[in-house]
Amino acid sequence: MASYRTPLGRARGLGSAKHGAAEWLAEKYVTLSLVPLTLWAVFGVLRLATLDYAGAVAWVSSPLNATLLVLTIALSFWHMHRGMRVVVEDYIHKKNSKLALLLLNFIVCGLPGALAVFSILKVAFGGGAY
Amino acid sequence: MSEARIRERPTSPHLTVWRWHITMAASILHRVTGVGLYLGALIVAAWAVALASGPEAYADFRGLIGSPLGKLVLFGMTLSFFYHLASGVRHAVWDLGYGLKVRSANALAMASFAFAIAASLAVWVIAFVTGVL
Repeated sequence: MASYRTPLGRARGLGSAKHGAAEWLAEKYVTLSLVPLTLWAVFGVLRLATLDYAGAVAWVSSPLNATLLVLTIALSFWHMHRGMRVVVEDYIHKKNSKLALLLLNFIVCGLPGALAVFSILKVAFGGGAY
Repeated sequence: MSEARIRERPTSPHLTVWRWHITMAASILHRVTGVGLYLGALIVAAWAVALASGPEAYADFRGLIGSPLGKLVLFGMTLSFFYHLASGVRHAVWDLGYGLKVRSANALAMASFAFAIAASLAVWVIAFVTGVL
């Protein structure tokens, strides 16, 4: 089928999306935030390992711990979605497999991430399930 | 045209033509540990869901993670985490425009490996001393 579009019309809109710098900066901010957050989380794991169920619930219920947990989990899942997306884009070149894996990555990061955040909030607000 | 399509096209040099060097290993390891930590984040999500589900689910989770296989996975996650962290800081240093000469890039890679091993051992010694293991 012959195209009646002018060469200029075909070229328009194919350039930069104009928000690359913001995306890049967002990635850097999140990554740098994850340095202190995840280091704190390592100490959290060491602390939680010494606690029983009631102790773990009390630890998670503290406002500071609950907030830092939610931030750590949300930013980590965001970060790993970005990372795995780059891996898929680098190695998978068949269009359908790539789309399927990108969608799978979105679901695997989105659903467990949301479940984890909801669970932390449920424990923090409700004091665990007794 | 059809002949050109059938004939194998020249490709750019890939992994097999390079002698292994430390920054190459550091870069590959950054990606491998990132993919490993993907699984680690799912373990963290399982922990949160188990905690919210009640004492029985939490005991099951602790039993699984406290088993020899669970501890082995956790040790691998510790190494992966500290390496990915150090290597991420290495990337941040590069983003600021420093450490890009061969010598300093090699040193940064070595430092990342050393930090990962030292920090992982430190965490597991702390776990052992506090009676977690």
